[in-house]
Amino acid sequence: MPNPWIFRMAWRDSRGSRRQLALFLSSMIVGVAALVAISSFGSNLRKVVDDESKTLLGADLVFESGRPFGETMEAAIDSIGGAQSRLISFPSMAWFPAGEQSRLMTVRAVEGKFPFYGDIETTPASAADGWLADGGALVDAAVMRLFNVQPGDSVRIGRYFYPVAGRIDRMPSENQMMSFFSPRVYIPAARLDSTLLSRGSQADYELAFRFDDGRDVEALVENIGLFLREEEVRYDTVEEVRESWDEGLTNLYRFLNVVAFVAVLLGGIGVAGAIHVYVRRRLATIAVLRCLGAGTRQTFSVYAVQTIAMGLASSVTGAMLGIGVQMLVPVALSDFLPVDVPFMVSWGSLGAGMTLGVGVTAAFALFPLVSIRRISPLLTLRSTVEIGQTSLKDPLWWIVFGVVATGITTFSVANAPSPGIGLGYVVALTAVFGTLLVTAKGIIWAARRFFPSRWSYIWRQGLANLFRPDNQTNTLILSLGLGAFIIGTLFGIQRTLLAQLEVSEARQLPNIVLFDIQPDEIDPVTRIVQGKELPVLDSVPIVSMRLASVNGRTVSAMRADSTATWAHRREYRVTYRDYLTESEKVVEGVFIGEADPNDPVAPVSLDQDIARDLDVGIGDSLTFNVQGQLIPTRVASLREVEWRRMGTNFFVVFPAGVLENIPRFYVLLSRTENGEQAAGLQRAVLGGYPSVSVIDLSLVLSTFDTIFSRISFVVRFMASFSILTGVIVLIGAVVVSRVQRRRESVLLKTLGASQSEVLRIMTVEYLFLGFFAALTGLALSFASVWAFSAFVFDTSFRPDVVATLVLLGAVPFLTVAIGLVNSRGIYRRSPLDVLRTDM
Amino acid sequence: MASILSVRNLTKTYQSGNRLLTVLHDVSFDLRRGETCAVVGPSGSGKTTLLGLCAGLDRATSGSVDLSGERLGAMSEDALARLRNREVGFIFQTFQLIPTLTALENVMVPAELRGQKGPRERASELLDQVGLGERMSHYPAQLSGGEQQRVSIARAFVNRPAMLFADEPTGNLDTDTGATIEELVFEINETAGTALLLVTHNHELAQRTGRIIRLRGGNIVSDTLTRA
Ligand SMILES: Nc1ncnc2c1ncn2[C@@H]1O[C@H](COP(=O)(O)OP(=O)(O)O)[C@@H](O)[C@H]1O
Ligand SMILES: [Mg+2]
Repeated sequence: MPNPWIFRMAWRDSRGSRRQLALFLSSMIVGVAALVAISSFGSNLRKVVDDESKTLLGADLVFESGRPFGETMEAAIDSIGGAQSRLISFPSMAWFPAGEQSRLMTVRAVEGKFPFYGDIETTPASAADGWLADGGALVDAAVMRLFNVQPGDSVRIGRYFYPVAGRIDRMPSENQMMSFFSPRVYIPAARLDSTLLSRGSQADYELAFRFDDGRDVEALVENIGLFLREEEVRYDTVEEVRESWDEGLTNLYRFLNVVAFVAVLLGGIGVAGAIHVYVRRRLATIAVLRCLGAGTRQTFSVYAVQTIAMGLASSVTGAMLGIGVQMLVPVALSDFLPVDVPFMVSWGSLGAGMTLGVGVTAAFALFPLVSIRRISPLLTLRSTVEIGQTSLKDPLWWIVFGVVATGITTFSVANAPSPGIGLGYVVALTAVFGTLLVTAKGIIWAARRFFPSRWSYIWRQGLANLFRPDNQTNTLILSLGLGAFIIGTLFGIQRTLLAQLEVSEARQLPNIVLFDIQPDEIDPVTRIVQGKELPVLDSVPIVSMRLASVNGRTVSAMRADSTATWAHRREYRVTYRDYLTESEKVVEGVFIGEADPNDPVAPVSLDQDIARDLDVGIGDSLTFNVQGQLIPTRVASLREVEWRRMGTNFFVVFPAGVLENIPRFYVLLSRTENGEQAAGLQRAVLGGYPSVSVIDLSLVLSTFDTIFSRISFVVRFMASFSILTGVIVLIGAVVVSRVQRRRESVLLKTLGASQSEVLRIMTVEYLFLGFFAALTGLALSFASVWAFSAFVFDTSFRPDVVATLVLLGAVPFLTVAIGLVNSRGIYRRSPLDVLRTDM
Repeated sequence: MASILSVRNLTKTYQSGNRLLTVLHDVSFDLRRGETCAVVGPSGSGKTTLLGLCAGLDRATSGSVDLSGERLGAMSEDALARLRNREVGFIFQTFQLIPTLTALENVMVPAELRGQKGPRERASELLDQVGLGERMSHYPAQLSGGEQQRVSIARAFVNRPAMLFADEPTGNLDTDTGATIEELVFEINETAGTALLLVTHNHELAQRTGRIIRLRGGNIVSDTLTRA
């Protein structure tokens, strides 16, 4: 029977505490805001991706091959019909004469009307329409900005010059991240320097179709799938692109969702702590109500109603805020997105966010609320009645616990890429929360057990506050510790990744790479390098080849029965040399540097991972096909290769004396000390040998840095929600404990303690809590950074000592500061006032 | 039939540490409807314990309490609460007003819980009767001890209980104020015809009831009528 009295009583009972209660429950606001923002944005994003999936491909169907389409393929293309457009993509140096600068870019030579769907956006806008007909080039925006290239300047690719028609602001089927890795330059295929394609085989040939006859593209590729495979032609359909974007974005979106959920959980802990104290301060009221005839359910409901009302208020506030935050999300993510995401409110997300907010508030509040049922009316007659401290014996408590645990697990699993990872989240979360809780209990136990009874009064009071009734030790250690953990982990991961880059910076490692050097060019290019007084750190020949057979079984036979793996089908760029480099070591067999001229079978060395993928070991035979010529080899050794080391690394290394007469190109590594030297070298080499490509690795490093900083911006953006929630929980917890201690502070003051003594007692309490929370949180963050570096990034663990020490100082400082700011009013109130009215 | 409260062989034992402490020994007595009775005895003799058991706030170790014809020991917590709401009024030594409720709202609580019509009229009438007609919208913190106790007297009578329990109602008040409060209790009780079980140290106060039960060490040492 929903008694109207319950609502009336709830309203009256909350008098004088509404602002406090609102503050306690405001810890939900930020979490709900994050959740609503992310999920509303996510549903918009998915809708946009669905709506504009054709733009993502720019066509209805795209064929793609590593070599020009053969005759039978061309015949098939003819019979397919539709509108067609061709693209050839390959890396090449682009030289901008105006500033004498050059950059390795991905050239995309276009023939026809690609893209068929979506619009190219350029500056100036007119360039998008006219560039192809005018024979101009469209250039990556970042490169134009970097080199200060203006429309009308020219760019040279290979031997030809093109007027720069404009800057690419948006290109269907591409996103900003691609441009970081490899900036684009679009040129008309009609004016392509075909000598750029004659060497090497790095070009990618694409054919885009547009069908206006409503053809079933999926059925079409289904029909000719086998033929395409034989021709080594890959294809992309709108449906596939949409699916893969959907999958990628869903994963991103789920990750962000989990991060937001952690903020909600943290808020839930704040709620539980606050309601616990709230209920304790209502003990007398509850006992009176019971005495006057209120049933257990009625009394319980009076407080449940207050909690839910406040939870609702903070969830609604959070949801509104979330809509505002949603406008910021695209700013944080724009570089990763293929399409513009317009701002729309997703009502479903709004509802789900609010429901979750109220649900989590209610669920976490239940932990302290269930104890209301056991508050005895006898409390009105004597204040000494023990209220059952042992919630753990209450079956209802365990039911609440079960519901919360199930809820968290369900959410994690639903938002993880796989159930295993979802359970992993839960385990990690449990471990973090568990450790912090154990720390809190340990502090309470140790402070009591080893109470320093001979310390000064202030220290004793401060320490005793840690374990006295209504202490905030659990809540504060949890929220502060979690905050320290999240920040520490972020810093640690960043440090670990950056440390890797610094290694290559610090040592005498190559930072400039010259490649696509023809055999007749290697000597003069080497002389140019030496003429600039730069070291030649490595100069290796590279031969491209494919596998023809493995242990007598041909790769085409394996393709036919689908046993061929990617390792069988791929193109191998191999080198030959008679020495091992610093970044590799033999783990099995014997490395043979020089081939026996009488033995037709060459002893090669394989990377151990590729050997595993090919399922071969020492002594197995591999036959390679180099431009039609078959070369038999046997596996003589397996190497462990440190791929992350800058330098030249190879899956397959031939001995000297086998490949010397086969078409090949050279790669030369050098090191420059500054950007000027690098630019000078590029100018000198490209002046004489335009087809040689030069990569300035320091540019690559700064690119990597840019990418990393974008990613870490996103991660920090999300983490800030957790941190903000942590701060609110902290403020809430401090305020609660202040209210608890207020009476006592006033009593102390009445008994003659000075203001500074009262404040020093608080400082001791918060200093301890802040310090131990930070210590535990940071220790946990070490563990998580270690796990990330071992299992995700595959690097060695590098703790960020400086950040750790700073955090170790900052967290206690912040805690004390918030505590003192919050209690500044206490001392100004008249003791009589507080003692009379405090309740 | 005529007894509102019937206590039989009531024993209450507390476990303190590993020692058993028997606070009430085999206590039996009956209270008729409308009868007033004082329980007196030194501090620690078990008076409050007895009151708590009679009102169904606590459970007996053995023996039984029948209140208004209902056997308390057999009832659930919620059934006890309903019984208290219907049949019992309380006046406490420490007033026990709810701090977040105004005087009027405090008085209304039992009536509202019962779901009665017009609790506001009844409550303000009672507050008028105890002389607080002007202070209805004040909160407990704004009232003196004596005023708070008057509010709690008004609250005790709001549901026209058949049985009133009072545990040292003047214990926290100065003598003069205490005297006025006593007057008030007896006056209203008389007009309402409510049975009264009053715990007190005060002999004068005890003399004004119809009957005095003396407790010592958890035993009834005497049970005498004051007026024939
Ligand atoms: N929860 C309890 N545990 C142990 N002993 C108790 C408990 N409650 C009361 N007592 C003891 O019972 C005895 C009677 O208490 P009480 O009924 O309050 O006496 P009175 O009201 O007459 O002063 C006292 O000795 C008191 O210490
Ligand atoms: Mg007593």
